[in-house]
Amino acid sequence: MSAPLLQVNDLKKHFPIRGGIFSTVTGYVFAVDGISFTIDKGETLALVGESGCGKSTVGKALLRLFELTSGQVVLDGQRIDQLSNSALRPLRRRIQVVFQDPFSSLNPRMKVRDILAEPIHNFGLLTDKAAIDKRVGDLMEKVGLRRDAIDRWPHEFSGGQRQRIGIARALAAEPDLIICDEAVSALDVSVKAQIVNLLCDLQQELGLALLFISHDLAIVEHMTHRVAVMYLGKIVEKGTRDEIFRAPMHPYTRALLSAVPVPDPDVVPNRIILKGDVPSPMKPPKGCRFNTRCPYVFDRCRSEEPKLEMLGHKHRAACHLNDLPADENPMLNAALRV
Amino acid sequence: MKDNLARSLTEQDVVVARELPDILEPKKRRSGLIGFAFRHPAIAIGGGVLLVMFLIALFAPLLGTVDPSAIAPSKRTRAPSADFWFGTDMLGRDIYSRVMYGARVSLTVGFGVALCASAIGLVIGLVSGMVRWTDGIIMRVIDGMMSIPPILLAIALMALTRGSMGNVILAITIAEAPRVARLVRGVVLSLREQPYVDAAVAAGTRMPKLIFKHILPNMLAPITVQATYICASAMITESILSFIGAGIPPSTPSWGNIMAEGRSLWQVKPFIIFFPATFLSVTVLAVNLLGDGLRDALDPRMAKRI
Repeated sequence: MSAPLLQVNDLKKHFPIRGGIFSTVTGYVFAVDGISFTIDKGETLALVGESGCGKSTVGKALLRLFELTSGQVVLDGQRIDQLSNSALRPLRRRIQVVFQDPFSSLNPRMKVRDILAEPIHNFGLLTDKAAIDKRVGDLMEKVGLRRDAIDRWPHEFSGGQRQRIGIARALAAEPDLIICDEAVSALDVSVKAQIVNLLCDLQQELGLALLFISHDLAIVEHMTHRVAVMYLGKIVEKGTRDEIFRAPMHPYTRALLSAVPVPDPDVVPNRIILKGDVPSPMKPPKGCRFNTRCPYVFDRCRSEEPKLEMLGHKHRAACHLNDLPADENPMLNAALRV
Repeated sequence: MKDNLARSLTEQDVVVARELPDILEPKKRRSGLIGFAFRHPAIAIGGGVLLVMFLIALFAPLLGTVDPSAIAPSKRTRAPSADFWFGTDMLGRDIYSRVMYGARVSLTVGFGVALCASAIGLVIGLVSGMVRWTDGIIMRVIDGMMSIPPILLAIALMALTRGSMGNVILAITIAEAPRVARLVRGVVLSLREQPYVDAAVAAGTRMPKLIFKHILPNMLAPITVQATYICASAMITESILSFIGAGIPPSTPSWGNIMAEGRSLWQVKPFIIFFPATFLSVTVLAVNLLGDGLRDALDPRMAKRI
């Protein structure tokens, strides 16, 4: 087996909270607290979880938009987490990003031509002006926009079109990995489907790897190879799409899946309603982080933090329930769908 | 009967749709200066008035004026007439000439301060917003300066030196620059969190290009508007300084010191104050109009509006 394109080991990002007259550090937000995963070439990994669980922080950490607290990010066998900004710059080409909000992700004072030419120019991919123009036009066509629209301003496009421009900008750098940070969440359903299909087509055509950060499980199920489920800064379960969607082994994953609407009026979902809010990431609960909301919580969960245990070839879950014999496991006895 | 009807309908009443004119005529976009003026009336009016003021300041000697500081005791406090269009003051000096020459002071001070304060504030604000460790120090100093009302600060600074146009500009610049710095810092802090800035960093954009292409252009609108406010307020501050005798010496006419000298007589000879005050108000209004118009025109979302 070849080495993965991207390997993340025990990534942590703690944001300091400053307060008082002298801006002393009074605490930390444990946004991402030790997560590990790999992405292979041409593969889609979906990072799912509810708002505020640290999904986007992972994306920004991989882009090195801020310094990491600890952990390793290995891109193609090379550690990039400790490189200086200037050493990192040429490597930035290989990881690009598409953001959630199509309105704030394009500079309103740059024409589409300049937006798309910027990465080409920065990374020195092309230097000849005519060649850059041609490449920009090709990129527009690749994402399904008209070649002659490059002299327009971003505000002249609709949300879906802007998202296409965002994708074109990411493609302009000829990356190996695109981080889609809730890339379709702000779009309406029909446009969402178009963009998802565009991403899938581009992935097949260019052999891109995608890190698809999302809370929309229906779309994740449609397009991903593997899934990692995050809760409060940690990965609680990861595995292939079928493992996660057919045989989830963590109560949180089950609760998430039970919330996905099924477009069939005869199916009565056995909805698991979680009580309470997500605990504050400034003071995560002791033991299992999910113990305050877990319907199957028992004593061990409050004192001992579960590790990601191997359950199958690629399937891992962090839950003490999985240590119990299968017939005593209350989670497995509750049917997903009635 | 039915057949007839059917035949008549098929053969005779076949209605061919008339060529109808488009309901909405495609709007013609006038090009050139006149089209621009119609699209941006605020810029046209504000800019037009300012242009007139500039021409007045530039060509003051050619506008039928006499020496603005020539004294004629026998012709004191004359009302406006064919000879003295705006009347004369208590030393017999021609107010029309003094107002025309006074435009030089007001415009120089207004635009000089707007330029200097914007430039200094821009640099300080950018440093404070982009280099985070300097932020605390710079902002505390600025807090300190802003706790003094700008007019008071300008008066205090003028008290340290002698009255001249350069010193007036310097004093008002020092008093106004902290406001720009504060504004710029705030805008920088919000802009650098924008996803398009993150995307530019991910796309390998270096810091200077990041500032000049992504951050500065998006600050253009707030800074232009702020600069026009500063221009207007500097003209007023200059008048106040001259009015209380801390500004430009009376030998150089400025709208402020003409008013200062007319103050004691304003109930009996209101025209002495009326003309410089009108010019000051109209100029300040024009600058503000220009600023509002520029803000709209510089916003690309508004610019392409049909």
